[in-house]
Amino acid sequence: MVKPRTLYEKIWDAHVVERRPDGTCLIYIDRHLVHEVTSPQAFEGLRLAGRKVRRPDLTLAVPDHNLPTTPRRDADGHRIPIADPESAQQLAALERNAPEFGVRLIGDADREQGIVHVVGPEQGFTLPGTTLVCGDSHTSSHGALGALAFGIGTSEVEHVLATQTLLLKQSKTMAVVVDGELAPGVTAKDVALAICGTIGTAGGTGYVMEYRGSVFRDMSIEGRLTVANMSIEAGARSGLFAPDEKTFAYIQGRPMAPRGADFEAAVAWWKALVTDEGSVFDKTVVIDAADIVPTVTWGTSPEDVVAVTGVVPDPQSFADPSKQAAAQKSLDYMGLTAGQKMADVAIEHIFIGSCTNSRIEDLRAAAALLKGRHIASGIKHAMVVPGSGLVKEMAESEGLDRIFLDAGFEWREPGCSACLGMNPDKVPAGERCASTSNRNFMGRQGPGSRTHLVSPEMAAAAAITGRLTDVRELLNNKEGLVA
Amino acid sequence: MDKLTTVEGGAYPFGMKNVDTDIVIPAHWLKTISRNGLGRGAFEVLRKEPGNVFDDPAYAGSPILIAGDNFGCGSSREHAAWALGDLGIKVVIAPSFSDIFSGNAFKNGILTVVLPQDAVDRLLEVAKTDPIHVDLEAQTVTTQFQDRFSFEIDPFRKHCLLGGLDEIGLTLDDVDVIDSYEAKVAQDRPWIVPAAVA
Repeated sequence: MVKPRTLYEKIWDAHVVERRPDGTCLIYIDRHLVHEVTSPQAFEGLRLAGRKVRRPDLTLAVPDHNLPTTPRRDADGHRIPIADPESAQQLAALERNAPEFGVRLIGDADREQGIVHVVGPEQGFTLPGTTLVCGDSHTSSHGALGALAFGIGTSEVEHVLATQTLLLKQSKTMAVVVDGELAPGVTAKDVALAICGTIGTAGGTGYVMEYRGSVFRDMSIEGRLTVANMSIEAGARSGLFAPDEKTFAYIQGRPMAPRGADFEAAVAWWKALVTDEGSVFDKTVVIDAADIVPTVTWGTSPEDVVAVTGVVPDPQSFADPSKQAAAQKSLDYMGLTAGQKMADVAIEHIFIGSCTNSRIEDLRAAAALLKGRHIASGIKHAMVVPGSGLVKEMAESEGLDRIFLDAGFEWREPGCSACLGMNPDKVPAGERCASTSNRNFMGRQGPGSRTHLVSPEMAAAAAITGRLTDVRELLNNKEGLVA
Repeated sequence: MDKLTTVEGGAYPFGMKNVDTDIVIPAHWLKTISRNGLGRGAFEVLRKEPGNVFDDPAYAGSPILIAGDNFGCGSSREHAAWALGDLGIKVVIAPSFSDIFSGNAFKNGILTVVLPQDAVDRLLEVAKTDPIHVDLEAQTVTTQFQDRFSFEIDPFRKHCLLGGLDEIGLTLDDVDVIDSYEAKVAQDRPWIVPAAVA
């Protein structure tokens, strides 16, 4: 009898080029996304060694981290220079390296440009059952489509460019099971935050996760992308969803996806990508959907989560002494005190964007709440940064840009933006941002910035009231919005 | 990568313990696009101190660095190894190294030699006035004063350094298995290649 295998094991087995005596495997990489920050030294390494990119056709380059989200071309189509010389230099390096090595580049002003993890799925570059890497930890996102996807370092980027393989040891497997139904106002982001809160940011270290249960089956592809994106925040380099009819429908017709008979053949192969009955996971975590509520973070780690209806926890309430100390440090940094109601926390900045929550559904959800409303007087700056030029176009065709602009938001060009302090979009020191991004680390949105991770709906709600707000209060006030 | 067999020359008598990679290369150097030129940022903070060994003309261009316990701890930045390489360092000798740093050093053709503290102390003395000789094949560090210290090294790493083989070079030595894998996939899953975009 054939041993039952998990989805992860099936993808792994299909990509073993060579098994070494010590258990290390040479694994074939089907897809490689490249951006401007972690690739310059890798390309330089190739150049110095006189090597080529083995499979430029499996490689796609997109700048995202450094780009300002203000217009990139003037009225005459000339580039508006990037003020930070180092950012400009990293972009220029990618623009030189991609053509030199024969890699397709989606340029900074192309309509398809965006955050690599938005562009990959959108272009049909990301496919189920493929191995996909990128020099960025949020590569886990692509697991939403059933790709074994993970972040790598610069030497590994170079190794993949040159050989289309990586030397890897197989990970352990973890099933994350959420059954039941999500209540109105509870989103994929809240599920992702609940997982971080339940298992902690190191809980998934050494594991590849598989998301199982009715909540994930019922979830849209975009919601799955949000959840898979944050696998890394729970310590797992990779998080997988078994591809299903929704996945196939999402992929069909995308520019780089298989077409015609190829698509049919691909679907036939993809349908076998499920965990076999009787497979054993090394670890299983079960969360009841009914226990997941609209969630915010209070601290400086994605595991520092609490219901928006809850209060700032007392550091002494943690059993682990090192966690007590870390929590106190977080509260000092965040300017919060134990026992304070989360819903009383005033917000100055709103950021809707990042590879976690910048797709069209995210923008629709935020816009639905903001329609006919305006940001509160205490909000100094509110910004929407679509995940790609195509998301931006679609949103504009639906009139979402008008809703955001009328509500007092800025409507920006696509990129990583205020998710990380590498481009001009930063949150000033000591100020507080309700952010749809993925990391609330100290200084992540700029030196001294204070981040509260939330869903797009909750970011919109905070914009309207000027404080962290239970989105359900606003849903109940507005006809037709209760799901 | 250059082959590393024997290294003979001056050595920086550094010796500081718990040198983290932030000390080796501060964070603001991470926005570069090159592995080269990072030598200018190497030990940037320490070099602000007058009389530091890195700016002492007596040691300029030395291929060996004699360091203290737990060298290269902290951040995993590969830039630390790039910075030392750019400074011209081929061998770092210390009582211990962080795993990540030794991995990164090895990937960039730099030998890390672990010796007991008393041997390191002796080499710190010798290095002030005389050259040091490192022989990777024999796995020894010697001086002209009859000092002879043996060190251990992972056989795979030794093989790679002696042959000037980097991991990419090694994988490419095995390129046939990659070719046959690709040929098989082209048969089984021809749709795997992304559709060409006009």
